[in-house]
Parts: sequence; C-alpha cells; structure tokens
Amino acid sequence: MEKNADRIIITVVGKDTVGIIARVCTYLSEHQINVLDISQTIVQEFFNMMMIADMKNADKQFDQCAGDLERLGEEIGVNIRCQREEIFQKMHRI
Amino acid sequence: MINIWEVNETNKMIEQDNLDVRTITLGISLLDCIDSDLQKLNDNIYRKITTVAEKLVETGEEIERGYGIPIVNKRISVTPISLIGEAACQTPGDFATIAKTLDRAAKEVGVNFIGGYSALVSKGMTPGDRNLICSIPQALAETERVCSSVNVGSTKTGIDMDAVKLMGEIILKTAQYTKENDSLGCAKLVVFCNAPDDNPFMAGAFHGVTEADAIINVGVSGPGVVKKALEQVRGADFETLCETIKKTAFKITRVGQLVAQEASKRMQVPFGIIDLSLAPTPAIGDSVAEILEEIGLEYAGAPGTTAALALLNDQVKKGGIMASSYVGGLSGAFIPVSEDQGMINAVESGALTLEKLEAMTCVCSVGLDMIAIPGDVPPSTISGIIADEMAIGMINQKTTAVRLIPVIGKGIGETVEFGGLLGHAPVMPVNRFGCDAFINRKGRIPAPVHSFKN
Repeated sequence: MEKNADRIIITVVGKDTVGIIARVCTYLSEHQINVLDISQTIVQEFFNMMMIADMKNADKQFDQCAGDLERLGEEIGVNIRCQREEIFQKMHRI
Repeated sequence: MINIWEVNETNKMIEQDNLDVRTITLGISLLDCIDSDLQKLNDNIYRKITTVAEKLVETGEEIERGYGIPIVNKRISVTPISLIGEAACQTPGDFATIAKTLDRAAKEVGVNFIGGYSALVSKGMTPGDRNLICSIPQALAETERVCSSVNVGSTKTGIDMDAVKLMGEIILKTAQYTKENDSLGCAKLVVFCNAPDDNPFMAGAFHGVTEADAIINVGVSGPGVVKKALEQVRGADFETLCETIKKTAFKITRVGQLVAQEASKRMQVPFGIIDLSLAPTPAIGDSVAEILEEIGLEYAGAPGTTAALALLNDQVKKGGIMASSYVGGLSGAFIPVSEDQGMINAVESGALTLEKLEAMTCVCSVGLDMIAIPGDVPPSTISGIIADEMAIGMINQKTTAVRLIPVIGKGIGETVEFGGLLGHAPVMPVNRFGCDAFINRKGRIPAPVHSFKN
C-alpha cells in the first residue's frame, strides 16, 4: 500500500468558499479517480485541504488531470496542485 | 499514510524556501567516437550526444510535473575531450571545432550547459592535452554552452606546476577573449585538484573514463530550506543545531534520490550518484552565507566562519549519505561569491576577503569559486592562487578548484554582472606581491607523504 505508484496527492489552498470539495470530488468521480483520504484545516479563513487519491483506473493521464484540476482551481479561485505521492513518502518515511 | 502536515511541509519547502533539484546531468562516454579523421570524429560526437540525450529535457520536465518539484537544469557531461581528440587534432584550432560540435549538440537537445571540454594533466601533459588547453580561450569565446575544466593535481600524483603556470595564462587570455561580456568565459572554466569523475555540477562536470557508457547523476540543492529550519532553533545548543541540519539534509537528499531513480528508469540509463552539495543561487533566501549568519555570524568571513562552515558541511553529509544509495561528485557546501547574495553582501561590507575564502575551502567543497578579480593582475599571480588552492586539495585528500574571473577593464570595488544563475560580483582585491620566480620553475610538486599526518 505504501508503494503504490498510482497514488496522487491533491492539495487545495485558498480562500474558503461553498462547494470546493464537491467540485473537486465531482471531477475525480467523473474520471474514475478514487479518493482514499481527505483531511482539511482552516487557518485564518484560509482553506487548506489534502486528498490522497488512486489513479489506477483513471480514464486520463496524470498530466492531463493535473492540468484540468489546476484550471478548475482557477475557476473557483483557489490553488489546486497534483503531485505523485512518492515525493512525500520519500521525504517523510524511511 | 501521509498526513496534511507532511504534505504542507514539503510544499512549503518548494514554494517558499527554494527547494529544487539543481541539476540532472547525463554523463555520456565519447570513447567510442574516437577517430583520427577530424570531420568523422565531430560527426560521431554529434550523433552520439543527440541520440543518448534525446529525451533528457523531456524526461526532466515530466518528472517536474509529476512531483511538483522544480528541476532547474538538465545538463550533459562528456569524456574529457583531450582524450577524445588527441588522435585527430594537431592544433588548438582543431580542438576548437569539437567545442563547436558540443555546443551544437547541446542546443539540439536543449540543455543549457555541456561539460567535459577538459584535460586531466595531474602529472604531465601530452601534446593533445596542451593543444586542448591552449584552445580553451577560443573555444569558450566562440561557444555559448560549453564548459571547460583542467585537473592539474591530485593527492596521488602531486601538482603539475607547468600546467598551473599555463592555466594562469589561459585564464587571463579567456578573460581577454570575452572582455565584451565582463570576461564571462572564465565563469565556464575551472582548474581542479582531485577532480571527481562523476560531478554533475558545472562548470567542472566531465564524464570520467572510469564511468559506464551513460549515467545519470543528480545534484540537489536547498540552502534556503536549511536556513528556514535553523530559524526555528535560533539560540539552541550545538547538538540541536547539528541535528536540525542533518534531518533537513536527509529530506532534501531523498527528493534528489527519487528524481535520480525516476530519471534513470524513464531513460533506461543507470543511476550514478547523488551529489550532496548545498548549491546557492543569487535568489534571496537561497544562500549558504545566510546559513552561516543564522548559525551566529554577523557576516560570512567573520571569525568563526571556518568552524561554522566545517560543521555545516559535515552535517549535510551525515544527513545526506543515509538518504541516498550512492553519493559522489563534489558533495559539500558551495561557497561561490557571485552566485550567493549573502557572500556578495559579505564582500561588500568588507567582512570577506580572498584569504578567508581560501581558509574556508579547507573544510568544504569546492574552492575559490566565481570570484571576480582585477583584470590587470599578472598571469603568475593567478597561477600562484591556483597553486595554493591545489596544495590544499592535494594535502587534505579532497577536491579543490579555482574559478577566478579577472575582469578586463575593471578594478577593485566595481561590479560585474553575469546574469542568471551566475549572478553578479564585486571585484575583489588580490595580494599584489610577486611569485614569478616560484611559478617559473619547471616541473611538478611531488606527491605528498601518505603517513605521519599532522
């Protein structure tokens, strides 16, 4: 489980507004990307969310999804970023 | 599972503290390109580089997007050209044609620098070595992306003082050939003692003959990340200070290891080494000098600087070595003047001199780096500075290097602007007393004794 190369981390940072998670999750479900974990905090009205998702059955390539989500973020007015999970695993686990 | 705090920490390092992978350097052996016909040799070199490195830039960009980590440079190092060209090149001009071929190949594959216009002459020079060295001023003036290095000494062989003398003249000539651009050519020329075969960092990268046909070497960076981590432990004892540097170096290096393995897998080229150097850039907050200030010095160069740097360098290695399966290259903190805003400030405030920089190079890699000096110094003075630095490397069994820029037409206190990652630098004063009689002696300094170490 720790070494699944299909897992990605999606981070959303920006001003809190209604429906951020809903819009991101809608996009993910439309493209068969399974959400494994969500955590979020709000610091001084700033929305900060991290999602772990699995792209094993996704119908789009990573690069396309990352681009789509970035544009979705621009629409909502938040910053959405997609990264492969390995970079965090490598840095924080021995 | 990874938690939100860990994700935020990593992304803060990338976004705010300038964490990046400084370079993916693809080492390419040109030994199979050797031919006694110069035209054929040039064709072989161009074909080999553009074939092996075809996907280098593309792969680097893919990895950048996948992990969200900037990979600042994608570069190539090749087998020292003095070896490759010896059979075909009769004159320095012949060698310069190879420099142009390298430049053309670098442009074709989209890398910003190609290293390996080099000669290894730690014990003596062949006619080919001498021709290559003599062609350096022309080669660097007529190309844009070619980097050159000459290894003039080692702990095992001693120092070739004839090469040291020649390099003093060559550096000055390179400065003259590129004087319209603040003698920029010299920023692409390094003189080494104990040069490593697997260094990914320019300008001194070359692909040693001990290496495989092609190899991926990665240089990590991250002075800004170390500085930020140390801000959290301001005033704490040395144990806490060292532990913080070590842990941060571990994290930085793990990113480098990931990028190296991924690049190796995607390009099907074996992974060579990670170079653990802290490499600064002129960007604010990406400075090794600022780490030294954070450790407790008013400016880099103040008393205590050598000790603080020794500590920093050692802890970076201790943290980094555990994070990577293979470590090599230069692996140490870089202290270039022009590429580090904190170092520039230290020079401008009068805290940092050439002599103090020399002392600092005893405890860290890599040497007197990116230092602008007046353009009217005699060549023997440059050779003297090189000889001193080479002696430090030879005796201490470490790599040392000299990258001096005698700026033609500029004097002490004036500023030179190199642009980009090379930064800008104040012209520093040089000791004006002569060493001609020393430099004009012929021959070499013998290898040092390897016992009785005190």
